[in-house]
Order: sequence, then structure tokens, then C-alpha cells
Amino acid sequence: MHALANPARFLRLARPATAWLLLIGLVFAVAGMAAGLTLTPPDYLQGETVRIIYIHVPSAWLGMAGWLGIASAAISQLVWRHPLAAVAGRAVAPAGATFAAICLITGSIWGRPTWGTWWEWDGRLTSMLVLFFLYLGYIALASAERERGGEGRVTAIFGLVGALNLPIIHYSVLWWRTLHQGESIGLTGSTIDSSILWPLPLTMVGFTCLFAAAVLMRMRAELAEAKVEARMRRLGA
Amino acid sequence: MKPKNQRLVLVIAATGALIVAVLLAMWGLRSRASFFYTPADIAAGKAAEGQSARLGGMVEKGSVQHEADGVTIHFILTDGRATTPVTFRGIAPDLFREGSGAVAEGRMERGTFVADQILAKHDERYMPPELGNLAAEHKAGKTLEK
Repeated sequence: MHALANPARFLRLARPATAWLLLIGLVFAVAGMAAGLTLTPPDYLQGETVRIIYIHVPSAWLGMAGWLGIASAAISQLVWRHPLAAVAGRAVAPAGATFAAICLITGSIWGRPTWGTWWEWDGRLTSMLVLFFLYLGYIALASAERERGGEGRVTAIFGLVGALNLPIIHYSVLWWRTLHQGESIGLTGSTIDSSILWPLPLTMVGFTCLFAAAVLMRMRAELAEAKVEARMRRLGA
Repeated sequence: MKPKNQRLVLVIAATGALIVAVLLAMWGLRSRASFFYTPADIAAGKAAEGQSARLGGMVEKGSVQHEADGVTIHFILTDGRATTPVTFRGIAPDLFREGSGAVAEGRMERGTFVADQILAKHDERYMPPELGNLAAEHKAGKTLEK
């Protein structure tokens, strides 16, 4: 991690990494979605509706993984004062918020034909909505603190505290009776038949690569912006 | 102690305290955050007569009866320990079927749960139709919480 503390070295690695992640992400995501749309069988109970899983589950994963990234960045900022940590946190937030929103929207579209409702205040749905609002709060707080020229320490603390919602989302279907079904994919295996399951890892990897590419792009853009600002200041002075 | 390690200890301690606080809060919420009552809760008198509530369970096999008007159905929800008869007037979702999970929104009226809305609850298993027909034969009620 500390090898990347030097922005110049980070940029040397990030530039090619962005392109590769974009390419791999596109290939995997398109392949997975195409397979999920055409090659897999329908579900015995839900019929064709089940195909939304290939977008819903990766979005849920990235919505949560994004905040895990924010929390990790927060720790490395608070403890080790990593110079790129605040930049990384700010770069992850909009991407994570987008995927949390996609998860909520696809879940709602999925819920209507299966459960018979667009929205219910059950444990899983509510905690996921809270995650989305936490993202909005984080984005607002980060930009406010940055405008005032702060180090982003308050933002980092908020990111760390907000991570407490992650286990709540994860265990909500175990702790409480919910409308949302329990976990399909665990450490010991999956209750999704392999004929339906196999494109899911493709879209998971694909969306994750695209997510990482978006984060790297935003980080590079912010570093470039800072560089321009510094140069303008030097010219002005 | 170096300032770096001091900060690390501080962050770990603060996070630990927060996790404990949240776990305690969640534990406290355990009974209140449930989305629905089960028939056993009803039998224990947890849902007052006439008070709006949600009731969840498995639709008992062979219990669904359609009335002559075409829109009213009667069925029995079970959680393996107790059963509650339910009446519903309206359109149930496609996934509402016998042997499957369902959540009814409504209230208790003279021993019967009168539902305004029915939600279907499916379990975490997904499989192609040919396997699904086999599984339906010996379905374990996994949808419902133990």
C-alpha cells in the first residue's frame, strides 16, 4: 500500500490498469449478461423473471464492497495518513452509490412480479436503502470538507462509522423475519442450481472490474485537477 | 508508543465499541424488527384483535379454497407449530401457491386473519423447471424462519 503513497508512482500504475480493467470488465459483464439472458433456463417458480439476478446480485455486492473500500481508505487515512486515501474514498463514493441505487431499483422491479409489491419495509430492503442514504451523506460531507480545505478527517470517521451498516445488511435476513429470502450463496455452496448460477460469477467479475476502472479514473481526474490547481497558483503568485 | 500505533489502537478501540453498541441495539430490535408474526405468535396472543399486523407462514397444502364470487380465497398459514386461517379478497401474486411461503397484511377478526394484501415469499433456491417439479415433491419449508 505504501509503495503507492507516491502519486507519481500510483499514476504510472493506474493509467494502464484503468484500460485493462475497462476491457476485462466489459468482456465479462457483456458475456455474463448475454448468457444470463439467452443460455440459462428459467426458474421453476419465477420463470423468466429470475434473470434479473445477473444484475441485482453484482450491484448489491458492489454497493456493499464500495463502502468496505471507503472504510478501508478511512482507516489508512486516520492511522497511516496515506496521502491517497481521502482521494480514494471520494472516488469510490459515487460509484458505490450508483450500484446501491441499481440494486434497489432492480430489486424493486424484481419484487413486483414475485412478491407482489414494489417495496416493503423489511430488514434487508430498509438496511440497503440506509446504505444508499449513507453514500449521499458521505458525498455531501466529503465535498463540504474539501471545499473548506480540510484533510477529510471527519469524512473518514463518517466512512468508518457507516461501515457498521454492512453486517446489518448481510445478517438482516438471518436475524429477523424478512420478506427477502435468505442467502443463496454461502461459503459452503449455493442453493442456485448450477445451470442458472454459472453466468453470475461472470457478471460479478465484470461489474467489479468496471467499478474499479471508474474509481481509478476518478482518482486520476482528481489528482490531475490538484496538479492543475497547484500550477495555476504558482503562475498566479 | 509511536503516534501511528497510538492512532491504530484508538481506531480499533473505537470500532470495537461501536460494533458492540450496534450488536446490542440489533439484539434489542430483534423482536420488533421482524417483518411479520407467525401463526405461533398469533396463538400466543401477540397480535391484538383488530390491530393491523402481518402474518407469515407456509400455505398449507390443500387448504386454498376459492369462493363462488371468484375473488375471495380462504387458506391456512402454518409455521409447523401452529396454524391460522386466512381470508383474502383480491388478487394474489402469481407465486402465491400451496406449500409455498406467503405474508398476509391485515388483522385478526374472530379467530380468522382477514388480509387486505397478500405477498408471496419465495426461498433461496433457484432451479430449472424440470428440477423444480422434482423438488416440489419433497419440499422442506425453508422459506420460513426456523
